[in-house]
Amino acid sequence: MLENRRYIIQIFFIFIGLVFLVRLFALQVADDTYRTKAERNILQRIVEYPFRGLIYDRNQELIVYNEPIYDLMVVPRDVHIPDTTEFCNLFDITREEFDENIKRTKRYSRVKPSVFLKKISHEKYAQIQDQLYKLNGFYVNPRTVRRYSQPILANELGYIGEINPSQLAKDSSGYQAGDYIGVTGLEEYYEPELRGERGVSYKMVNVRGIDKGSYKDGAIDTLSIPGKNLISTIDLDLQAYAEKLLAGKRGSVVAIEPSTGEVLVMASAPTYDPNLLTGKYLGDNFEKIRSDTTSPLFNRPIMATYPPGSIFKTVQALIALDVGVTTTDEKVKVDLTKIGDHAPAGTYDVRKGLRYSSNNYFVEIMRRLITRGESQSYFVDSRLGMEKWTKAVRQFGFGSRLGIDVHGEVAGKVPDVEYYDGVYGRNRWAYSNIQSLAIGQGEMLVTPLQVANLGATIANRGYYIKPHLIRAVEDNGVITPFEHEKVYVGNGNEYYPEIIEGMAQAVKQTAPRAIINDIEIIGKTGTAENGVKDESLDHSVFMAFAPRDNPKIAIAVYVENSGMGGRAAGMTASLIIEKFLRGYIKKNWWNREAYVLKGDFIDEDEEVN
Amino acid sequence: MSREGGFFANLDWLTVFLYFILVTLGWFNIYASIYDPVADLSILDMSINSGKQVLWIGTSIILIIVILLLDFRIYESVAPLLYGVFILLLIAVVIVGKEINGAKAWFQFGSFRLQPSEFTKFATALLLGRYISTNSVKLTEFKSQLTAFVIMLFPVCLIMLQPDLGSALIFFSFVIPIFREGLPPIYLVAGLSLVIIGVLTIVLPIHIIAIILGSVGVIWILLTSKSLKNILLTLLIVGAGIGFSSGFNYAFDEVLPKYQRDRILVIFYPDTVDPQGAGYNLNQSKIAIGSGGFSGKGFLDGTQTKFDFVPEQSTDFIFSTLAEEHGWLGCAFIIALFIALMMRIVFIAERQKSQFARIYGYSIAGIIFFHFTINIAMTIGLFPVVGIPLPFFSYGGSSLWSFTIMLFVLLKIDMHRTQVLMRG
Repeated sequence: MLENRRYIIQIFFIFIGLVFLVRLFALQVADDTYRTKAERNILQRIVEYPFRGLIYDRNQELIVYNEPIYDLMVVPRDVHIPDTTEFCNLFDITREEFDENIKRTKRYSRVKPSVFLKKISHEKYAQIQDQLYKLNGFYVNPRTVRRYSQPILANELGYIGEINPSQLAKDSSGYQAGDYIGVTGLEEYYEPELRGERGVSYKMVNVRGIDKGSYKDGAIDTLSIPGKNLISTIDLDLQAYAEKLLAGKRGSVVAIEPSTGEVLVMASAPTYDPNLLTGKYLGDNFEKIRSDTTSPLFNRPIMATYPPGSIFKTVQALIALDVGVTTTDEKVKVDLTKIGDHAPAGTYDVRKGLRYSSNNYFVEIMRRLITRGESQSYFVDSRLGMEKWTKAVRQFGFGSRLGIDVHGEVAGKVPDVEYYDGVYGRNRWAYSNIQSLAIGQGEMLVTPLQVANLGATIANRGYYIKPHLIRAVEDNGVITPFEHEKVYVGNGNEYYPEIIEGMAQAVKQTAPRAIINDIEIIGKTGTAENGVKDESLDHSVFMAFAPRDNPKIAIAVYVENSGMGGRAAGMTASLIIEKFLRGYIKKNWWNREAYVLKGDFIDEDEEVN
Repeated sequence: MSREGGFFANLDWLTVFLYFILVTLGWFNIYASIYDPVADLSILDMSINSGKQVLWIGTSIILIIVILLLDFRIYESVAPLLYGVFILLLIAVVIVGKEINGAKAWFQFGSFRLQPSEFTKFATALLLGRYISTNSVKLTEFKSQLTAFVIMLFPVCLIMLQPDLGSALIFFSFVIPIFREGLPPIYLVAGLSLVIIGVLTIVLPIHIIAIILGSVGVIWILLTSKSLKNILLTLLIVGAGIGFSSGFNYAFDEVLPKYQRDRILVIFYPDTVDPQGAGYNLNQSKIAIGSGGFSGKGFLDGTQTKFDFVPEQSTDFIFSTLAEEHGWLGCAFIIALFIALMMRIVFIAERQKSQFARIYGYSIAGIIFFHFTINIAMTIGLFPVVGIPLPFFSYGGSSLWSFTIMLFVLLKIDMHRTQVLMRG
């Protein structure tokens, strides 16, 4: 009978074997969480940050590039440094910061590396490089930081900063906490082109964090792909010159190449050094710049709006000729009864009206544009005229964003029928209420960019190309230019020579100081009301292009609180034009450059506006 | 009758085959468990365990030849002497042994280490066989039972002095041959009941256990007889059970050191015991095994054991490497090999004409079974972590030598099974 016990024993052996098979099945096949846990044990993810795209100016001069900086990494378990005080001195940190950083990194992991100190500069790294070997447990991880070749163009370039949590929450393109992203300017607008793709490699480490080679022989590793380079339309030297002339003032310079819409200069003053918003001290510096009462972050060329002033007379003349309310030959008799005027009474045509900037002539032109006799009712007639006028003005790009490739552009304002209905009530306003629009005062508001674009439109004799700051994208040597279409304004352009001649004479008449002997400047001065009822001066405005044939540059200059357009703005514009066309400023009997740099424009007698 | 068919006549080649398969697979797994992809050392490199294991395998083959050369009759005769020698060595090791991992279980001679408890199993198996096969011994009698248990448990007491709980537990495997030879089943029932009550005591409050035992008693009385004797006996047993439970409860909570208590608790509550502390070994072992999946990561492509997340990866936790690299299929194959080996040993034992040889055979099956069961159970969280090797697989000379000796002495005796008959 005892022999049968062998079966009990054998069954028991098999039973245990089956128990193991079931348990192992539960662990290995039914439960897949262990696989993840195993990978978490061994995998160390190493991110290779991509090289952000560079930005070049129109002459292949580097504007924005990357400079290496270094993160000091630590593996707390391996830390062994001979002298903590010396260490703190070496890295310019206090003992408290040292202790805190050690504590923070230990909390993350004792064996995995984490960032001990961020953004050590290249110079600093050079100093400490030869000491690093003594600091067991520490090593450096190179990254890059944005650098700007010159302290200019700050607002257009913008800056990059760590992505914020709300951006991160909205993002679906793979940003991660700690990544840098363009915050303003071109850095923001062209973020998708500039960012590149991060590379990730996986390393296996053992329980003590020691490198055990690449995971799956690097099969799932990815290389970082550098961002694309941008080729800007900006002329860096000219930009620098414009910012130099604006220094200490408040204002804008926008210069455009008329034939392409390429923005040559886009200067805003006051401004800041873009290098302040990179690297280690971005946070502190940004706070300083943001709280500066002169608002350096306010990008005037596209954000500031002013009444257009007398430069708007060119638009009025163009519309009037285009719709035929006057002709180039018509002489209009003008007295000085309608509006205050610097120009004398007399007979004017379009050319003369522009030359003397006659307020009363353009009031008459405006009257003809608004009241065309299409209705018996004065009010309805004005209304119909106003609709046409608004439409025509808007064709020049006023009252809406031109769509330049940096964010923050404002539309300005072109008052329309709805606007005056809102102010006065339907059919309770007429031409007499809106007369001041005739000379660019009143409710209309324009940006310096729009005015420069007007200069380009006249230079082109009737069309413009959307102004832009980036001409092409370069990727691995392949240059892909952006295409832009011509935008035509008005129906014809045969009358442009007349307008241009008027402007040429106007420069001689109202802005003699802007004249350069051998370069003809076609321009128009203006004075934009500053809207403040005190003693401060109005804004000095000048719009111009040059040369007359095949214009190479159109420009708008605003210098705030500097009085008449012929001086501050006109001279600034003429200097920039000369610098651009000639390459240097020709010495003259008086030093115009020094005069502008000095910035004291309110002496002597008043000039005709 | 003289030897026929030469040196290997009547050798059980199936067992030899299983042995070499297990030893070879073990050797590969030792290599895999410590393989460093950066260093990329050869499996034969003597600076790593797989290289040293070649030495242990080589010496084991010499041992096999020596065993096959020696007279099969000496084992029965030297059994008492051998047992006595190892008892003395177990005493000596507690006094002069080298403490490793908190236990004085090893003699150290230079760089060479020996664990006497590994070989005491062999001596105990021999002595137990010799004692029970004595004509006067009847395992149905208490005196014989007591003697058998003393032979079995005396080494346990000495090993607990080291202390080495794992090695001590193995000696309970002798219950298997004793049971085969006639131990009344009531001992097994009682033992099993105590184990069940013990486990319940860990997971349930004492009053629930009292209710369970009481109910079982009532049902027992209702199903059998309602005689006073039966009722009193049942009450006594239930009372003893509750008494055992509360005593065990006290011992578990108050006497057992915390680290040992945690090792047991982590079996039942894997998520509440500190995974970096007491639960670390088991947690990492489960990660390694669980990450193997159905068919494993492939030879040398495991990561958890060779990167030291699992401790003792080439010795006690060698199964984790196997499971990680070869998955459920690999585990099933090895488990099947072990079951096959144990079945074969039982088959061999049963074909012996000598009772001594049969008891010895069952002892070997039992020892292998206990090692196999406890070792694998601890790696997959079915048994507390105690340090015992997986036979033939784990790295280590003492273990491999001991199992080789035990197995091949059985095969040597088996070769002469017909001669034993003639002598009898």
